[in-house]
Amino acid sequence: MKKINLSKFQSIIGLVIFSIVVSLINDRFMTGSNILNILRQTSINSIIAAGMTFVIITGGIDLSVGATLALSGAVVAMLISLGYSPIVAIVAALAVGGGIGFFNGIVIAKGKLQPFIVTLATMTVFRGITLVFTDGKPISAGYEKNAEFLSNIGNGYFIGIPIPIIIMILVFIIGFYVLTQTTLGRYVYSLGGNEEATKLSGVNTDRIKIMVYTISGVLAALAGIIITARLSSAQPTAGSGYELDAIAAVVLGGTSLAGGVGSILGTVTGALIIGVLNNALNLMNVSSYYQLLAKGIVILIAVLLDRKNK
Amino acid sequence: MTDVVLHMDGITKEFPGVKALDGVHLNVYKSKVMALLGENGAGKSTLMKILSGVYQKTSGEIYFKGEKLEVTGPKDAMQKGIAIIHQELNLIEGLSIAENIFMGRFPSKYGKVNWKIMHNESKKLLDRLNLDLDPKRKVQSLSIGQKQMVEIAKALSFEAELIIMDEPTDALTDSETESLFKVIEDLVKAEKSVVYISHRLPEIFKICDDVTILRDGSFVGEMPVSEINENQLIEMMVGRKLEEQYSYLDCKTEEVVFRVDALSNALVKDIIFDIKKGEILGVAGLMGAGRTELAKSIYGNIPCDIKDMSVSGVKVYGKTEKQAIDEGIAYVSEDRKKDGLVLGLSVGNNITLSSLGQYSTATVINKKSEKNCIHYYKDAMSIKTPSVNQKVKLLSGGNQQKVSIAKSLSVKPKILILDEPTRGVDVGAKKEIYELMNTFKKEGLGILMISSEIPELLGVCDRIMVMHEGKISGILNRVEATQEKIMRLAIGAGESIQ
Repeated sequence: MKKINLSKFQSIIGLVIFSIVVSLINDRFMTGSNILNILRQTSINSIIAAGMTFVIITGGIDLSVGATLALSGAVVAMLISLGYSPIVAIVAALAVGGGIGFFNGIVIAKGKLQPFIVTLATMTVFRGITLVFTDGKPISAGYEKNAEFLSNIGNGYFIGIPIPIIIMILVFIIGFYVLTQTTLGRYVYSLGGNEEATKLSGVNTDRIKIMVYTISGVLAALAGIIITARLSSAQPTAGSGYELDAIAAVVLGGTSLAGGVGSILGTVTGALIIGVLNNALNLMNVSSYYQLLAKGIVILIAVLLDRKNK
Repeated sequence: MTDVVLHMDGITKEFPGVKALDGVHLNVYKSKVMALLGENGAGKSTLMKILSGVYQKTSGEIYFKGEKLEVTGPKDAMQKGIAIIHQELNLIEGLSIAENIFMGRFPSKYGKVNWKIMHNESKKLLDRLNLDLDPKRKVQSLSIGQKQMVEIAKALSFEAELIIMDEPTDALTDSETESLFKVIEDLVKAEKSVVYISHRLPEIFKICDDVTILRDGSFVGEMPVSEINENQLIEMMVGRKLEEQYSYLDCKTEEVVFRVDALSNALVKDIIFDIKKGEILGVAGLMGAGRTELAKSIYGNIPCDIKDMSVSGVKVYGKTEKQAIDEGIAYVSEDRKKDGLVLGLSVGNNITLSSLGQYSTATVINKKSEKNCIHYYKDAMSIKTPSVNQKVKLLSGGNQQKVSIAKSLSVKPKILILDEPTRGVDVGAKKEIYELMNTFKKEGLGILMISSEIPELLGVCDRIMVMHEGKISGILNRVEATQEKIMRLAIGAGESIQ
């Protein structure tokens, strides 16, 4: 009786077919350790993309996530090296990310400006602040007990699963819940679908905008903490270009840049497609120059196929 | 013996889950105007979109000038001699008249446009339509009527044999309508055929030769206009006997439910009025009189200064839309597609958009109580949709309007502002909306109803407030109001009657 809408699952089907093809070409692909490896590498992009999904469904975009990641990473490394407790350092870094997002949201909502322009500007501003703050040099988290705790977030395991993967899964579960079960989620979709009608329906659309950019900022900071933890140091240039990977994952997952349509599940799939592609090319010893080329082409083909189905 | 130019036979069109057209016939005769009538959602537009190549038919055959016709797209249709002039005009505002007429096929050599030919040819076409316009003039500076003429000129430039006009007079002034009719007469004299779609029945009797009627995607009948009257037409359209179109209900009380004292801003001035419990206060006025602006000012969408505003005796502020809703004021926009509905969301999600907070605890939506609310309004307002999960953009105009009203009702307001509630809604749905308004009256709501159709205001309102240039020029009681008195006040010619 009930017709199952296949197009809803096409990115998942794409991911599965793609993975099968890769595993046929290379027998090292379908091993437990490689899968965990892919997931761990994908976790950073996935977490950023989860926040980006909220922003893009409202019809916006956040180009400042890479810079946010770098600044938050620098903050956490600096505080740890100064001897602060890891909890304080992490909360401070998340607050920095949330603050940047909040700032983006305020300017976009109250200033009635294009998100593209606003976040392009803040991306540059916060990258600059990071370079000033770090003096352009990496910041080591040091070798104290606190640094070891931090390092565990990036390198540790919990019941056999790398902690970044667990964080990623938690982010997706919460993101899914918020988008599908809460008023915020519903308003995010309706704001992206028709802002004026949503506003006239009595929804405080400015607040929704500020909230999605804040969410995006916090998640970018979370990604920054994980990267810093993994390397035990913060690079001032970390996260350059990550905004584009996140946008690519969101779009590959079927979320429309025009707003109003999209899902967290799609974004997970999109991020995994990019992750599997990177991994497969690595396994096949393809040079990193060709990898970029291949990634771009895959994204183009995927969105073209998606477009055809509509 | 009249020649059949176009014969559409057994046209069926299925969309996923809906049969939009079911075996529809349409004949168009040479040098004749065929009216195509039906309620919103009857399938007129779908049929015309198939003819002009926007949609592909599921089954059925089309014969044009005696030959079987397959249309692959709008451009193909045009080249084969079928032109459609859409309700929303497809002109590029920033370009000239000539550029619009020759869009996509500029006369050129080696990529260089020959402006001289283009302007001369355009001038000839405009002359044929008795239009004294410079082809170099930008389209954005033209009136809507003139823009429509440019579309017709474009159709003529393709040597179109068949011209489809979809509600062409909706946005025209009376004199523009007259000149359009003149052009249609000339087209017919030049052996062209016209399909004319309109909701305005008097026009059908004025310019059409025959009429084809559709209802719910099916063919109802075809007959010469001379053999039918207006009531019979309406009955064929709605499929049932049409009693009195307006049904007035007297249940006005003396209890004031809404009072506005001295509301002013840049758009409206010194607005003072009140609404009683169970009363419909109509708002009449010409375009630009400030009626919608008044509604949006009350609703907190446009900033304004108010000396005092109260709902059931309690002072209210209405600084934002949300605050207005919380204080018991709801607003149904005149433009449901732009300001009323989120077209990409489902019927259900639209209904609860304003009242979502009621079904949520700590921002988590209680899906069960939300569903109860959705089904309550779907049944109470008899919204026709295959499912509440259907996207609202797939509904007919009347049903979309009901969803828009349901959304505002779901916040349980004391004051309901309805801005052109029957615009773009067919005869049957109009009646349903009037009846719903009577139900709201009985439940004790105060209604402020803005409308451009004076007969409608006279038919359903208890009192009618007339606006002129942002001010109230008079408030008339039901018994004393006439079309003429309202017009006098609307053009600012009448003295204040309070």
